[in-house]
Amino acid sequence: MSQEHLAVYEVFVRSARGLDHKHVGSLHAESPEHALMYARDCYIRRSEGVSIWVVESKNITASQDNDTENFVEPMDDKPYRHATHYVLPDSVNNM
Amino acid sequence: MRSQDEEALLEEFERKIEAEEKIEPTDWMPEAYRKNLIRQMSQHAHSEVIGMQPEGNWITRAPSLRRKAVLLAKVQDEGGHGLYLYSATETLGISRSEMIEALQTGVAKYASIFNYPTLTWADVGAIGWLVDGAAIVNQISLQRTSYGPYSRAMIRICKEESFHQRQGYEIMYQLAKGSPEQKKMAQDAMNRFWWPSLMMFGPHDSESAHSGQSMKWKIKRQSNDELRQKFIDQTVPQIEVLGLEMPDPEIKWNEERGHYDSGEINWEEFYQVINGSGPCNHQRIKHHVKAHEEGEWVREAVRAYRAKQAAKKENAA
Repeated sequence: MSQEHLAVYEVFVRSARGLDHKHVGSLHAESPEHALMYARDCYIRRSEGVSIWVVESKNITASQDNDTENFVEPMDDKPYRHATHYVLPDSVNNM
Repeated sequence: MRSQDEEALLEEFERKIEAEEKIEPTDWMPEAYRKNLIRQMSQHAHSEVIGMQPEGNWITRAPSLRRKAVLLAKVQDEGGHGLYLYSATETLGISRSEMIEALQTGVAKYASIFNYPTLTWADVGAIGWLVDGAAIVNQISLQRTSYGPYSRAMIRICKEESFHQRQGYEIMYQLAKGSPEQKKMAQDAMNRFWWPSLMMFGPHDSESAHSGQSMKWKIKRQSNDELRQKFIDQTVPQIEVLGLEMPDPEIKWNEERGHYDSGEINWEEFYQVINGSGPCNHQRIKHHVKAHEEGEWVREAVRAYRAKQAAKKENAA
């Protein structure tokens, strides 16, 4: 059986207790349990993490790059959502 | 009596707390820790959501389009923060509907400050400046809480909230430097929101029912009185810049302590409002129930969509 017929898993690693799991890459595996073992061997050989999540790639729903205009840009014209939008006197500007 | 296994688990739990390691949802934790967190975190979530009401009251009457857009964005943030906190609380094994039920039946509390009415536009400024200011002092401290999902929610919320306090202060500053009527309005709003803001930090350490255990387990990292003092110390100079009169005549710099002294809070009022007799308690819950019931058609549509999709899938197979 060729590698390509195996499911693809996305790998998320938590580098230290208390932090978020971050996406680090992907791999092929024949089951979620095996994906976890391969991820351990592949992604935390140098103690890069204390916890791993694996998720089969097909189970991830992602936004589309070619739809960025409609999906993300409406947020660009709302500068008042940022603290820097408000001009305060110097003496209280550390608020 | 505890079994040997449980002794070992408790020892490991306490080692993590001692070593400043976060507790994660899949870790073993004492029931009392779980219960204490559910109480505090759900109360925090409820406060975000109920807190949308007093400010939402002014969205249609904001004095300019800019102020309206800002206020909408702020109230939208509060709803989002409620969602982060409900989701984080659900990791402890309680459901969203159980939490909503507890809120609506009065079993769960929310910050007592939201039981005060917003009478003038200046109140929107005072809330952003003082109420969000007090919440930020508390939430910065909670970024270091021992429960991982709570800590991460606090970090995200603090980042997003940085504009809330500044927009409030900007409103206050404009009014305080405006016409005599506007200045009076700012003074009045500050006077009314000052004491309830101080009450947000909870009872004195000596009177606080949950503080001891919460500090020991590092759910809370600083005491109510420490955080309240921090808020007073950072806010007094901001009042001076506004050129308003102090809301408490006893506020005075204490050289020896290196802090501002201030007058005693009216604790009778605090307990009255907490226990349901504040000016707007009834209205806040009534509105929440109404909004929840009127939203039932949305939840129904979600369920219908899910059933339809499932049927489609079955037919295709």
